[in-house]
Order: sequence, then structure tokens, then C-alpha cells
Amino acid sequence: MDTWKTRIDPASPEFRENREAMLALIGEIEAQLEVARAGGGERSVLRHKERGKLLVRERVELLLDRDSPFLELSPLAGWGTDFAVGGGFVTGIGVISGVECVIAANDPTVMGGAITAISGKKIDRALEIARLNRLPYIQFVESAGGDLRRGTDDPDAEMRRNLVHFAESGRLFHDITALSAERIPSVSIVFGSSTAGGAYQPGMSDYNIFIRGRSKVFLGGPPLVKMATGEDSDDEELGGAAMHATTSGLADYLADDEVEGIRMARSVIRHLNWRKLGPGPSLPADEPKFSAEDLLGLLPVDLKRPMDIREVIGRITDGSRFEEFKPLYGATLVTGWASIHGFPVGIIGNNGVLFSNSSEKAAQFIQLCNQTDVPIVFLQNITGYMVGKVYEHGGIVKNGSKMINAISNSKVPHITVIVGASYGAGNYGMSGKAFDTRFVFSWPTAKISIMGPKQLAGVMSLVRRGQARSSGREFDEGEDAKLNAAVEDRAERESLALYATGRVADDGLIDPRDTRTVLAITLSACHSNVVRGTDRFGVFRM
Amino acid sequence: MRMQSITRLLVANRGEIARRVFRSCREMGISTVAVYAEPDADAPFVREADVAIALRGTTSTETYLASAKLIAAAQKAGADAIHPGYGFLSENADFARSVIAAGLTWVGPHPDAIAAMGDKLSAKSRLALAGVPMLPSVDASGLSADDLAARAKEIGYPVLVKASGGGGGRGMRIVPDESALANAVASAQREAKSAFGNDTVFLERYLHSSRHVEVQVFGDKHGSVVHCFERECSIQRRHQKIIEEAPSSAVNPDLRERMGDAAVAAASAIAYDNAGTVEFLLDADGTFYFLEMNTRLQVEHPVTEAITGLDLVREQIRVAEGHPLSFVQSNLRIDGHAIEARLYAEDPEKNFFPVSGTVVRFEPNPLTPVRVDSGIESGSVVSIYFDPMLAKLTAHGRTREEATMRLTAALANLQVTGLVTNRDFLVNTLRHPAFLAGDTTTEFIERHLPARWRQLEEGELTFALFAAALTASEVRNHERRVLRGVRGGWRNNRSMLETTRYAFRGEEFAVGYAHEREGTATCTVGSESHRVRWFDAPNGCATLEVDGVRRTGFVLARDDEVWVQTPHGEIALREIPRFPEATRQALVGGYAAPMPGKVISVHTAAGAAVRAGDLLLILEAMKMEHRIIAGSDATVAEVRAAAGEQVEAGQVLLVMEGESVG
Repeated sequence: MDTWKTRIDPASPEFRENREAMLALIGEIEAQLEVARAGGGERSVLRHKERGKLLVRERVELLLDRDSPFLELSPLAGWGTDFAVGGGFVTGIGVISGVECVIAANDPTVMGGAITAISGKKIDRALEIARLNRLPYIQFVESAGGDLRRGTDDPDAEMRRNLVHFAESGRLFHDITALSAERIPSVSIVFGSSTAGGAYQPGMSDYNIFIRGRSKVFLGGPPLVKMATGEDSDDEELGGAAMHATTSGLADYLADDEVEGIRMARSVIRHLNWRKLGPGPSLPADEPKFSAEDLLGLLPVDLKRPMDIREVIGRITDGSRFEEFKPLYGATLVTGWASIHGFPVGIIGNNGVLFSNSSEKAAQFIQLCNQTDVPIVFLQNITGYMVGKVYEHGGIVKNGSKMINAISNSKVPHITVIVGASYGAGNYGMSGKAFDTRFVFSWPTAKISIMGPKQLAGVMSLVRRGQARSSGREFDEGEDAKLNAAVEDRAERESLALYATGRVADDGLIDPRDTRTVLAITLSACHSNVVRGTDRFGVFRM
Repeated sequence: MRMQSITRLLVANRGEIARRVFRSCREMGISTVAVYAEPDADAPFVREADVAIALRGTTSTETYLASAKLIAAAQKAGADAIHPGYGFLSENADFARSVIAAGLTWVGPHPDAIAAMGDKLSAKSRLALAGVPMLPSVDASGLSADDLAARAKEIGYPVLVKASGGGGGRGMRIVPDESALANAVASAQREAKSAFGNDTVFLERYLHSSRHVEVQVFGDKHGSVVHCFERECSIQRRHQKIIEEAPSSAVNPDLRERMGDAAVAAASAIAYDNAGTVEFLLDADGTFYFLEMNTRLQVEHPVTEAITGLDLVREQIRVAEGHPLSFVQSNLRIDGHAIEARLYAEDPEKNFFPVSGTVVRFEPNPLTPVRVDSGIESGSVVSIYFDPMLAKLTAHGRTREEATMRLTAALANLQVTGLVTNRDFLVNTLRHPAFLAGDTTTEFIERHLPARWRQLEEGELTFALFAAALTASEVRNHERRVLRGVRGGWRNNRSMLETTRYAFRGEEFAVGYAHEREGTATCTVGSESHRVRWFDAPNGCATLEVDGVRRTGFVLARDDEVWVQTPHGEIALREIPRFPEATRQALVGGYAAPMPGKVISVHTAAGAAVRAGDLLLILEAMKMEHRIIAGSDATVAEVRAAAGEQVEAGQVLLVMEGESVG
């Protein structure tokens, strides 16, 4: 395999400037992570602790094998929304009793652990990751239930804007039992209330651990029971842990306290006789020859200057090795083979805009990876597919579609890292979030939108200009400039990595220096399932 | 004189002395035979012998004191000589006679010399005639309680009770006044019987502030008797020597000559013909009194070997074969100074009470130039059946100070792990200003009270805690089956440090750590935070730089115990498990201890109403905490255990209302 040679100069002013800017972005993200870790705030945390309860992250840490890595997913979900940063919910991939699992945990200090639009998205994604990668699913249940809050300012307007209906909810219960049907175990530790609809979380799980005096699981609480049947009851007799362990049989294990409950969960995982179905790492896993620190200075924050994606590849692959495929053809797309922590991978990275030839090269490469059962890592820095007469005539739509066909029907795991631009159909063709990509992570420099903000504003301006002309109105340049600026500003903000991650449009922002580690953890997760490509693609338009 | 060449020698002993004798045998080309009791079956001395014979027994009486078995073993193995070592039958004239009667060579003095000195009382009267200075003494055998008291009164309290047939301080008691006399005599008799097979004890005046100074003598079958200078063995605990040196700092050339002459006179009086030791008490004014003569090789013989350059065992064997001594008095010179320390498995905090258990690791530091005589190795089990001495370390230097410094460093650097030893106590004694000044008397320990445990160096505990935690982390990272190459404890959103809790000397320390990107770690203990660099070190070693200070330690862990050996000594930690063991019981009528252990705390009281799941009591057993949890709602009738109490398995701890428990 070729060892590729770097061309960057870490001492150059440009590199240092990029690095400073990147570190500033990382600092901003770290500050937001701190907000997420603070959960429901000081008072709420204090009250929780006074009840002798562990905080959600303490529970997670205790569940994990000591010294094992833990990849938290979408830790900044909810950023820039009305919901708490982090969404009052912790999800991630961690090692429990030697088994890689998905953990999904309520943070009861945030709105009593109520399920919101954000935590709902995190749960759905966690279940999807568990299913696609065949990872046992451990959930910590302590939730007030659904978010019943309703706005009061203008109910009519709110109702018009709200397009989500109750009847669309509940998929989570389907998904938990669907895991079981695929022989992927689910374990619930019920740390507190899990009532009404929430009762089906343990109800659908393979294994339930209840905690004496703490777990409360019932369809209807004492007030509802009183309303419905007139019966008097209290929490404990209605749905306490001891009752479920001795009488209803909903609890499989009865723990005396949280710590014991977590220990029981660890022993449940230990007895699963778990065997990963993927072949696992098979190649030498030596460190790259070039320092991951350099990844901080590669990208200009404004993304205006080009960057050779090989500079990234050489800092994430084993021994910096990379066997490039078709280097002389369709050169704006870099394809080739390497390994990461011993896992063989195909890598597809952008070195400029996508042309017909680079799209066809991608389609061929994806098919080759499927022929050889090799997972694909996508490194996105893409402004889109080339436009213009020559390119349309040359079939850019047709050829771009081949690439999208290939990634859509490819069955080997895809992991996407958005390092810079991710615009328009480029996002799709490079295995974006909507394309059953196993994992999508973004660098802090990532910008994701339908097109570049400036282009978007310019396009809108041209449309307005055309409308003015056809209706014979005089075009107000001053007003246009103002509108332009406003549109560009909003588009810019909406394209920021934090905006996307706040909406769970990725699985989290990562420090560029952690790219290799994150890929290792996610590749290893993918190898929990069968790693098998396909020869069944859609019809490639020739 | 007929020469009786020895070709195969059986050592009727165990442990370090058996190995010591074998070492000389190997140098002389003599084949070696070991005998062993069952608890010693895996001991190094057994393995290292050319042939080993099982004595099929457990106790001393069944094995190393069983003359007939030993002689049969020699015959079975084809040995032509027996070396008795020290202790056991080494000073048993009947045994020596049986050995000779069986046609074997006895590596020791002729049996009559043993008998003459073995009975300490008759020895004293005999040697007094030869002009050896004596303290008066009284045989306690057959005396009524009143007579005993009367005779003790004549001698004057405090009175020393000694085993007439014994040595090595066993069967010895200091009696401060009459009330303690009868018990002291009775217990000394029991101990003497068990240790030496002879329960005769006698009373003697007890000298305050005296020194124990003994002279090594050597005779041959050709009538030569020489002395190999003195040893001072004043540092004793429980009347047993723990630090011995040669020469004595209290003996000048003139005194040396007089004591040497007295010792030679004593030996000559009984036609002594092997290695022996004449023990004296040396008073502060320079007068000395005969104490006893040991007709065998002494435990502390290495210090004499160090300063004279002799191999005393080789000389013993040659003399037994009939050779004349290989040296004469005028050949002998004192070269520098030597000090020996005896390392025991014992608890200095519990009056040096013997300790049994497994020596998880025993490894002298190869960088410290001392002689190590030991009967154990890593993994050896110290049984309750035999003397708990683990090793002797002997340092030789040009001066007393040099020898002391060397020995101290060697002891501090020695890895002896897994059970409680007197190592720190020895180090503290050697470092004591009074010891360094040569102010050594037999009451040294009572008078100067060297600290039982060592004072830790600045930063040493922090180093040890981090070394323990980071080493365990390395092990776990190495053993993880998935994500092996990923940095240990990696987080993309770190909420807390990886934490390990350790107990050290009754205190709890929470150690937090996180491995950083650049190969360092952030480590915390309590509220202190440190930057730690980890260096690759040979197996078992941990090299850490904590705030710029780099140290190396050896880290060993077994279950929840962790030992960190630093250049200053050992730090023994106990890891507090992440998940405490919960023990829930629903005994009819009460709660009993699930296993023997100590009650840590009681969380309820008589009359208290408890609910199922309530914590009632915490028991520490097998170094784990066991929580006794209420199995059902009830009222506590009686609490039968208190914090700190030791309880037996099945012992009732709590009685619940309305039930009767026996």
C-alpha cells in the first residue's frame, strides 16, 4: 500500500490561523457540552441527589466497563431549540461486560425525564443504531411520561403550526420489541416512574430490573384509578418494584438500590453469550505516521480555500496507509482502501465539486466495496454536483444519480464524517443522514444546507429581480441588499454544525483529533452485525 | 583419627538453614538430602535438594523432631551424614547419639558436649569451675509453688525464667513480681516442651541495660579450639534476636581478648569439636557473665562469616569428617563490620505476633549489595506450624555506619508482599539515633520504641495510589476484547473521571484519572489534581512522573489487594469494590452473620421498625463488605452485635420481634 506524503506546513501562518479558529469552535462546543452535562440545573440536580439517587451520567459510568471508551451520541441535541441542550436524555455506545451496547437513559433532572420532540428523536435514533448494528439495547427508565405542555399565547396559531399528531407516536414501543424479534436483547433498569404509555418501555423489554421502593410502573396512577373505578390505592401497591417482582412478574430482577440494579444489568449482559457477527479487525492497527493534531489546522473556517482530503485520510488510517483507486480519473473525488484500528475500509472523500466522471468513479467504487464486504467511510467536503450547460449536456444528473443509487442500495456499513461543506445533493451522494447511513458525525467546521448561504441569497435575489421585471415593478436595490443580507445571515446560521446537531441531523459533533477513535468505535459497532455487501442495486441509468 | 568422608548429607531441618547448608554442600560437591513436613512440601529447600524424603506429618513433633523418622530418611536416601541446622534436634544429644549409632556422621559436636551444655544448669556449674564468669540460677523443676517463690525472692525480681534445654529465646519469660511467677514458669515449661521436647526451666537474675554479646567458637577433633570474635545480638523482641552485628560496638580489643579467652576456655572444658557459640551478658561496666553455650550453628552466623571471610558450614563439615581446622587463631582478622536483620512474618502492632499466609512476592532488589538467606520465594505459604522467619539480610561494610546504611536500604527496597512483616520496624530500628550511636542493650526496643510502621515520604502515597490505579487501568485496557486500540476511558463528553477507591491504613482515598490525548493523564486524589506522565517500564513496574517528580514502583495486585513497592518500602492498599456485595437474608426470627467477620456498623436499634430493604448492619468479612438487609417488615427486638465486634459464621446479629432465637 502507498504511504502518502503530507504537503502541509504546521508552522505556516495560515495553518496556525486555521488551528486557532478550530480551537475556538471546539471551545464553544465544550461550553455547550458543559451545559448539557449540567442537566436540569443546580437545584434540580441537588434535589435528585438528596433523594439518594445517582445522576444519569453517574449511572451510565457505573454501568460501563471500567476504562472502556464511551461514545455519546448527539450530546448537543436540542441546541438552539426551546428544549434543553442535550434533550434531557443520554444515548451512546459503550462496553458493558465486554459487550458493545447502545445505552439510552432518561435524565430525570430535566423536566422529570419527560419525553420531548428532541429526546424522542434521540430514542428513535438510538433504537435505529441498535437495530442496524445489532447492539444490545439498555434503557434507563425514569420519566414523567410524554411532554403534555401546551402553549397558551395563541392556541389557534400553535395548532396550525403543529404538524405532529399523537397517533404518530409510540413507535418506540414497536421498535423495542422489533429488536427482540431480531434477537437483539433489550434491558430496562427502571430507576423511577414509568407510567401510563411509559409502562410499555419495560413491558416491551426482554429483561427488567426494578429497584425496591423506587420503580413505579402502572398504566394508571392512583388518581386515574380512583377516577376510573373508584378504587383506592397507593403507588407502591399499584406498581411498586416488590409487587412487580413477586406478583405481576413484570420485574425479572429486584435490586435493593440503584447500584445493585446496575450491577444486575451488567450481569445480564454477561450471560447473553454475545458473539459479534462481523469479522472484526483483521489488519495491523498501527498509529498514523502523521499527528492528529494537524487536523486542527487543515481547514479554513470559511471553507473557501480547497483542502486535499488526503491530508485527513493520512491522519486517520493505520500507518497512514492508503491505496488509492483510480487516482487519475475523476480526481475531484478521492477513493481508495485503508484500515482504521485494523478494520478494512473503503474511503470516499471530496477534493472538489462532483463531476460526471467522479460520480461514476464513486458508483464503481461503492460496488467494489459491496463485492468485498468492506465498510465505507465518507469524508464530506462537498459543495455539490457541477452545474452548467456543458455538465447538464454531459449527463451530470444521470451520472450523479448513479452515485446516489449506489449509496442508497449499498449494504455495507457507511460512516460519514462531514469535515467541511455539505451542500445540496452532494450531501445525499456522499451518504448523508437520510440514506440509512450507520453513523454521521460532523467536525465543528461543517456546514450543511441545500446550498451555500451566499448562493442561496443570490438565487433568491435573482428570482425577485425576475418577478419585478415581469410585473413591470421598479426593482429596489437597497431593499434587495437588506433582504439579501438577512437571507444570507439566516442561511449561514442554519447551515452551522451546531444547528444541525441540535436537531439530531447527525450523531454528534466531534473534535477532529478524535476522528480516528470515533471511526474505530463505530466500525467496531458495525461489526457487531454481519458485514455483507450486496449485488442488488437499482437500475443504473446508462 | 580416622577420616569419615561425607558424600551425601541430610539436613534434618527446613527453610533457610537447609538451603544454607546445601549451598556449602554444592560447593564441596556433596549430594544433598532434604526432609520435609507436609506444609513444606512445596518449599524451595525441598525442591533444591538432590533427594527429598517426606516425613509424613504436619507438626514439628511429627516431623523435624521425630528422631527415628529422620534417621530412617537418611538411610532411605543413602545419606552418610546428618546436619541438624539450628533449633529442632540440633542440641539434642540423644539424637546425635542415634545418628552416630546408625553409622552416620554427625555434623556437630560430640554428643557429650551437647549434653553437657544442653542442660543449662549443669553447664553453668561445670563452666564456673573452668573460670567462666556466672550469674547464680535455680532449677524450677519439682519445686513447689512456695519454694519457687522463695528462691525467686532470693535472686531478686525481676527474675528471668529460661528453658534449660532451649535456646533462641523460646521458653523465656521476664517475671516482674511474685504474682506472675507461677504462670510464667508453667507457660515457659509448655513452650519449652513444644519447642525442644524438654520442659525443664530455671530462674536467673535479670540484668537491666546489659548487652547480649556472644563469641563464635570452633573446635576440631584434634584438640584445637579457636574463637571467631564476637557478635552482638542485643536488639531483641519477645526475647528473640532480630538484629545482630559483628563486631560489637561495646567491645574493645582488650575485652574481645578476655571474652574470647573465656569462650575458648568454656569450649575446651568440654573438648568441643565443632562450631558453637558461647553467649554472655555484657554489663554496662564491662563485666560479662556466661549465659549459655549453643552447641550448634547460630542463626546469625552470617555476620561472622562476613567479617572473617570463613564458610562456617564448610568448616563444620570438614571438621566432622575429621579434618583439622583450616585456620588457627592468629589467621583470623576482623574485616569491617557486618549487620544482619531477621525478617519475620509478624505484626509489630500486635506485640510481634506471628502471622501466617502467602508471600505473594519475595524479591530482594538486585541493586542492593547484601547477602540474603531465605527459606521462601514468591508464592510461598507461611504456615502456622513453624517459625515465621522469612529471611535474613546481611550487609557488610567497611564501618558500622556503612553496613547499617546498606542494610537499611536493602530492607526498604526488598519486595516482601502479601502478609504483615516486621520490615518497617527493622528499618525504623536501624535508623534510630540510639542504634546508630551504638547504644544497644537488650531493652532497646522497650526503651526507644522504634515506630512500628514507617512514616511515608512526601508524595509517596500519591505516587502509590496513582501507580496502583493506572496499572490496573493498563491491565483492563489490555484485557478488553473489543476496542482494544482505543485510548482507555475515552470520552467525547467527559462527565467525570474514572474513579477507583482504595483503603489505606483505615482511610479511604478516591483516585480519579483520565488518559489525555497527548499521553499524559490527569489524576486526582481527594481535591488535589496532578498532571501525570506514564512511562513504559518492565513488567510489574510503574514509572510515573507526578508534577515533575519521577518515581518507579513495583505494583502487584491480587483480588482487591494492591501492593506498591517504592524505594522507601511498601504501601499496601485495598481496593474498595465498585459494586459492594449485598447479602439479603430473611432468617426466621433474626439475622445471622453469613461468614466470620467484623461488624463495621449497625444501622438499626432495638425497638426500631424496619421495612423490607432497609439496611440493618454492615459486616466486613473476607475483606468485603456484606450488607445485611431486612428481608421483610418487622420490629427489631434485640441487637446482638456492636460496631467493631468480631463475629462467627452463623452468629445471630439481630433478633426480630415475636421470635425466639437460641
